[in-house]
Amino acid sequence: MALKTEPIAEQLELFGCIQCGKCTGGCPVARKTVLNIRSMIYSMLVEPELDVNAHPELWDCTSCFTCVERCPKDVRPAELIISLRGQLVESGRIPETIGAALMGIFRQGNPSGMAREDRAAWVNGTSVPVVSPPEIGGGRGGAGCETLYFVGCIPSYDPRVQVVPRALVRAFTAAGLDFGTLGTEESCCGNEVRRMGEAGLFEMLVEENGELIRSIGASRLVTTSPHCFNTFKNEYSLDGMEVLHYTQLIAELIEQGRLKFSHPPHLPGRPSPPELGGTEGRQGRITITYHDPCFLGKQNHIFDEPRAILAGLPGVKLVEMDRNRERSLCCEGGGGRMWTEGTNLEERLAFQRVHEAAETGAEVLAVACPFCLLTLEDAVKVQGLDDRLRVMDIMEIVDLAL
Amino acid sequence: MDRSKPSALVIGGGIAGIQAALDIADAGYEVYLVEREPSVGGRMAQLDKTFPTLDCSSCILTPKMVDVGRHPNIELMTYCEVVSVTPPSRGEPSWSPSPSPEGGDEGGVFRVRVRKKPRYVDVKKCTGCGLCAEACRMKGRVISRFDEGIVKRSAIYVPFPQAVPLKYTVDPTACLYLTLGVCGKTFLCKEACPADAIDFEQQEEFVDLEVGAIIVATGFDLIDPRTKPEFGYGVYPEVMTGIEFERLSSASGPTMGEIIVNGKEPKDIVFIKCVGSRDPHTGVPYCSRVCCMYTAKHAHLVRDKIPDARITVFYIDVRAFGKGYEEFYDRVKHERVIYRRGEPAEVYRRGDKVVVLAEDTLLGKPIEVEADLVVLATAIVPRSDVADVATLLGLKRSSDGFFQEVHPKLRPVDTSLDGVFLAGCCQGPKDIPDTVAQAKAAASSAMGILTRLEKDRPA
Repeated sequence: MALKTEPIAEQLELFGCIQCGKCTGGCPVARKTVLNIRSMIYSMLVEPELDVNAHPELWDCTSCFTCVERCPKDVRPAELIISLRGQLVESGRIPETIGAALMGIFRQGNPSGMAREDRAAWVNGTSVPVVSPPEIGGGRGGAGCETLYFVGCIPSYDPRVQVVPRALVRAFTAAGLDFGTLGTEESCCGNEVRRMGEAGLFEMLVEENGELIRSIGASRLVTTSPHCFNTFKNEYSLDGMEVLHYTQLIAELIEQGRLKFSHPPHLPGRPSPPELGGTEGRQGRITITYHDPCFLGKQNHIFDEPRAILAGLPGVKLVEMDRNRERSLCCEGGGGRMWTEGTNLEERLAFQRVHEAAETGAEVLAVACPFCLLTLEDAVKVQGLDDRLRVMDIMEIVDLAL
Repeated sequence: MDRSKPSALVIGGGIAGIQAALDIADAGYEVYLVEREPSVGGRMAQLDKTFPTLDCSSCILTPKMVDVGRHPNIELMTYCEVVSVTPPSRGEPSWSPSPSPEGGDEGGVFRVRVRKKPRYVDVKKCTGCGLCAEACRMKGRVISRFDEGIVKRSAIYVPFPQAVPLKYTVDPTACLYLTLGVCGKTFLCKEACPADAIDFEQQEEFVDLEVGAIIVATGFDLIDPRTKPEFGYGVYPEVMTGIEFERLSSASGPTMGEIIVNGKEPKDIVFIKCVGSRDPHTGVPYCSRVCCMYTAKHAHLVRDKIPDARITVFYIDVRAFGKGYEEFYDRVKHERVIYRRGEPAEVYRRGDKVVVLAEDTLLGKPIEVEADLVVLATAIVPRSDVADVATLLGLKRSSDGFFQEVHPKLRPVDTSLDGVFLAGCCQGPKDIPDTVAQAKAAASSAMGILTRLEKDRPA
């Protein structure tokens, strides 16, 4: 499909590009596939047309936005990929699995196409307050809440991730937080939808979710996933509602003394560490390293709160991987990559990442993102590191110390 | 000094201030040269060689420093700061200095108050022998800013051996007595001083001046490379800034010019240009103008000292616009320095090396270059106290943060204040030749005013 380049170059203001290559140089997938966003921008500027079908690597981008963060000239290279994906979405020439994910979101409000009425099944007996807009009058009879907890699709449906919202709810309850969820009324936030190029569906979700969330009248919105957090914070307009990732809220509750750890986290299958001051290693303190999710760290500059939570746990020693904070390596779970493999199936950044984690000597690779949890845990198994490294969400660890 | 003649104030004792002061003083006018550091010299004193001629920087600068130190028409006021300036308030400028500061507001005269910070050393007695610094309990424990933190000095110090004046100064932020109120049972520095020059009773003093013209030559800072965290500055000892490399390479520097990183001679050296420059995100949308040439010079110095080194320069554009510059760039390339086009994206650790990750945009593919030393050409930025100085003098600043000249083409050293002129990097990034040229222009403009004031002087 030959695409006229000029309108896109104008719309995305690509003319300021100085072709410095910082985008492609730092692009984590450019090292394993032919994706070269710098050269694609150049083509958009100097060629009259671009054949988008000739670039299957457009689906390799994880929308980690390293290129956007580092571009000295505000060109926002990843937005070109999103725009070109949009052209492919419109023409229907997209990977089948991407189409299925988008259809699932359209029909059931989640990319796995699971039944909408099962969205709250993750609670599994835990008592979770559900709030609804006043005119519906369900849940608490329209009473609303101070903090609205947005669970997200993967945490709602994926059995591996469901433990995370359950742990969060226990922590919220322990801290005496006035919170509620949307129950089965919750729908996909659309963060990945936009990045897969489905601008129309994204707009619809923003409108519907925005209206529902605003109607609750909560002062804060907290999310499990950095992806939901990112779009609510930066791409919705929620009438001044404060949007938080859960690591920010938990760090705040700890800081305020509302959440207290009673003992070191009792990791299943691991001898309990002696109380503070024990020797390090298997029998001593638990050594944890933390992987910064792209949507939390690079894109939203939240680096300290997750570390503060982990470092504050009794009997825990936090160690850093060489590439941390702004230099964290993408796990390849974003931008629709949970639903499509990309052009290089053999090399996975998650493989490299779990080796980096193992090199620190840590027993636990802590994450704060459902996608990172799944991709990195899978990588640990495939790389045969599961006898020495376990991947856990920060909330799983916190839950074991409460 | 002859108070019957109008005089000038030069603020800043780098090469710009030194040159301006010398020109005005040579013309027969009195000059007060105020420098906040204990010595004149500024940034140029920190440099090793200078491009493109490879003159040793201190060899060409030191004679000028000595000249300002002993010029009969220059009153050198080091370790001093201008604290207030009252511009002429009315009428046509004319030179009629008042007998006292309360004497009124005669036209044409700037009233300037200068704070003399206590050195805690009597400069009349100090011979610069250095026995105090040898004896200091803090010896080897205080970061030397002149040496960019590569070595540590004592709490009593001269910034560098060629300092003018060669007088010791007690660092009030590091001296145990001045910070904690106690330094052992006895003062080791006082005991060591054969001239009895150390005086902890010294207080700050204020000096009031009346001048007919002011030249602002307050220089520049370099951006903190941590604002570009992807390069790992502050994380890896192998990553340093260009100015740190100057100290490392300087024959009078802490390693006597030996390039040593992590205790050994680096073999793989990578230079990264445009670190912070040309980047509106860091607040530096402009080109810093000197990095292309000093990086070429650095590459040459490495080749000179480490003949078998593998040297890579990453660039976006090469700007070699001055006299002899393109020729120097050609020369360096012939010295087997590999220029690769692309701005590196990241630096990370691999074993005992660091890896520079980039796209070679001419190859069109991402590459990794392993390095023992990475030198960042950091952006030139306005001095951190630029806003205070602007308020003090009533100067305007341009959108880049530097002091603004009245007209970018036709009045390049004038400010919106009559009688106040700009010289050097306080007006914007520039190299030494341009700085000296601008200093001479500012001196010439100032002398025009001084001459007029002298002619109009009431009999």
